[in-house]
Amino acid sequence: MITVSDLTKTYGETTVLYIEELEIPSGQSLGLVGNNGAGKTTFFSLLLDLIRPTSGYIANHDIMVNKSEAWKPFTSAFIDESFLIGYLTPEEYFYFTGELRGWNRADVEVFLQKYETFFNGEILRKNKYLRDLSKGNQKKVGIIAALIGNPKVVILDEPFANLDPTTQIRLKEIVRELAEDNGVTVLISSHDLIHVTEVCKRIVVLDKGEVIRDMQTTPETLRELEGIFAG
Amino acid sequence: MIKHFITLQWKSFFRSASLGKDLGVRIFMGFLALYFMGSFLLLGIALYPVLTELYPGEDQLSTANSLVLYWIAAELVCRFFIQTLPVMDIRPLLLLPVKKGKAIHYLLLKSVFSLFNLFPLLVAIPFAIYGAAKGGYEPRVMFVWIVAVCGLVLSVNFLNFLLKKKLAGTMKTFFPFLLVVLALALCEYFEVLPLSALFGSLLGAVTAYPVLLCVLLLLPVLLYMVNYATLKKHFYLDASIGRKGVQGSTADMGWVRKFGDIAPFLQLDLKLIWRNKRPKSTVWLSLFFLAYGLMCYTNPAYRDTPVWYVFVGIFISGAFMINFGQFIPSWDSPYYGMMMAQNIPLKKYLASKYGLMGFSVVVLYLLSVPYVYFGWEILVLNTACALYNIGVNIPVLLYAGAYNKKRVELDKSPFLNYQGTGAAQFVVILPLIVFPVILWLIVRQFVSFDAASSALALLGITGIMLREPMLNAMAKLYKKRKYVAINGFKQRES
Repeated sequence: MITVSDLTKTYGETTVLYIEELEIPSGQSLGLVGNNGAGKTTFFSLLLDLIRPTSGYIANHDIMVNKSEAWKPFTSAFIDESFLIGYLTPEEYFYFTGELRGWNRADVEVFLQKYETFFNGEILRKNKYLRDLSKGNQKKVGIIAALIGNPKVVILDEPFANLDPTTQIRLKEIVRELAEDNGVTVLISSHDLIHVTEVCKRIVVLDKGEVIRDMQTTPETLRELEGIFAG
Repeated sequence: MIKHFITLQWKSFFRSASLGKDLGVRIFMGFLALYFMGSFLLLGIALYPVLTELYPGEDQLSTANSLVLYWIAAELVCRFFIQTLPVMDIRPLLLLPVKKGKAIHYLLLKSVFSLFNLFPLLVAIPFAIYGAAKGGYEPRVMFVWIVAVCGLVLSVNFLNFLLKKKLAGTMKTFFPFLLVVLALALCEYFEVLPLSALFGSLLGAVTAYPVLLCVLLLLPVLLYMVNYATLKKHFYLDASIGRKGVQGSTADMGWVRKFGDIAPFLQLDLKLIWRNKRPKSTVWLSLFFLAYGLMCYTNPAYRDTPVWYVFVGIFISGAFMINFGQFIPSWDSPYYGMMMAQNIPLKKYLASKYGLMGFSVVVLYLLSVPYVYFGWEILVLNTACALYNIGVNIPVLLYAGAYNKKRVELDKSPFLNYQGTGAAQFVVILPLIVFPVILWLIVRQFVSFDAASSALALLGITGIMLREPMLNAMAKLYKKRKYVAINGFKQRES
């Protein structure tokens, strides 16, 4: 359960995010949509305590994220390539994340077997450093690394961008499985309305830093969203 | 077109995100440049009388000519490590309707205006003027000589780029080249083949028969054309400009596991050092400083001022600690956001850095033990300095690191790289080196050598005992400063 209350972030005079109240129950998959500058990444950064809120707070499973670090063991994220360590090979990066989350090498190897098809033979055992992989392959590594260690909350910023169609479809399955079968709270931001409505049970629309729509996904949701963004 | 390029250059300098912040460093670099210019100018003015004195009765111009080859060799070495052709800057131009040829011409012509090309002229021109005014050389001869020198300077300029392209980073071509150069140097040294004299007489021939100047000036033109041709051939994103996919190796490093819960970070740091250009150079540099003792202890001038030995003692065991420690946590800047969002307690993170630096101090100290040959008191002093490094200097560096907020690009060349350097790096040197030296000096003045060394050692041991509470306090500080650091590390320098 994630609770947001009176959260604001201002830079100088401009308020880039203002969320009065938002509750995300455990096991929900939530899609965050909005145009550029709507505040999606700002919200995720606040949730991960990478930037300081101007006022208000976010509580992740009753832990104030900017007061305590106790949310870290059960929260994981992939925001952008600054979450990757360029001079490691993918395997080393997975082992490293595993070790931080209490998994040993064998655990990680068993876990990775599930994603052989997702990696499409381009990532494991290639003896390449992450900095030499293509943007798409880097993203795959980042997303899968965020699933290591059975996190209760997974945050993915624009996971579908830069991925090829096959991988997008596989990623959708992975995300659905996470939320439905494992009870993981998944937060996804996306510019792609189709993907996000297919995957998420709930859609929150941000515009200029404020929540303008909050709805449960139904078959009509996609058309409704297109209406919002068209006009 | 060239005008466009120049305005682009101008804007990239003045609109660089770090201009204001880096002003101090830039001013420092400016002073360094002025200093070198002044030094070379002085050398140029003094060269003629000095040569007259050192080689009495010989023709000054031909003596100078026979030294030119040494100069060229030294210059080539310096340029090889410092000067680069900024190929990356034209990357965005590949997509624009700019003729490839023009961009390359611009790049190559720009390199002509490098300070490196000014330095030799600062020596040569005063020498020529002096020779013409006081030495009785014909002004015409000296003029021809200057033109010849200019030709040589430009040749070296363009030759360097070609050499870098062929040699840098690949041992396969570098070693044969090194062997050939060594062989030639040995020939010169044992006077089998007096290369420098031969080269000198060639230059002499040019001044005697100015027609030969045309041949000499063909050299830079030729090198320019070769440069142009190779650049044009490789002027694609995936060729020389793009990244080469280096074969990585998945290292196991199982032995690090013995260090308990800081093991994953230690592994990461070791890989960081081994797989990235800039941190790797800190290792070589510390070995170099280890040899520094050899220079210092054998020099009788230092015998009377043993305070120098404190300075050397701190440096010998602390070289790696200082070079690596002053950029904590900037080494992790490309992925600092991840480190802060991951399940990483800051204290463990700091403890691993502490451990790594402490380990380096111990290793360097053990390597320096043979210096006992120069006297017991050197061993005693080095032991005290090593303890001081571990107990006091490491916490000081970690503390200062909390205020680092400049990104360090890991795979940039380490030579004359001031990226990530701010006021903090200069300020921290004071407590690091100056304080122990002064303390030692005072205690020795009023008590004794043994007491002074013991004082340093005691401070170090106290620091080691206070390690836990200090790490706790620093973890708090790092947490407070983390937002500033994350934001700062995102700013890329252009």
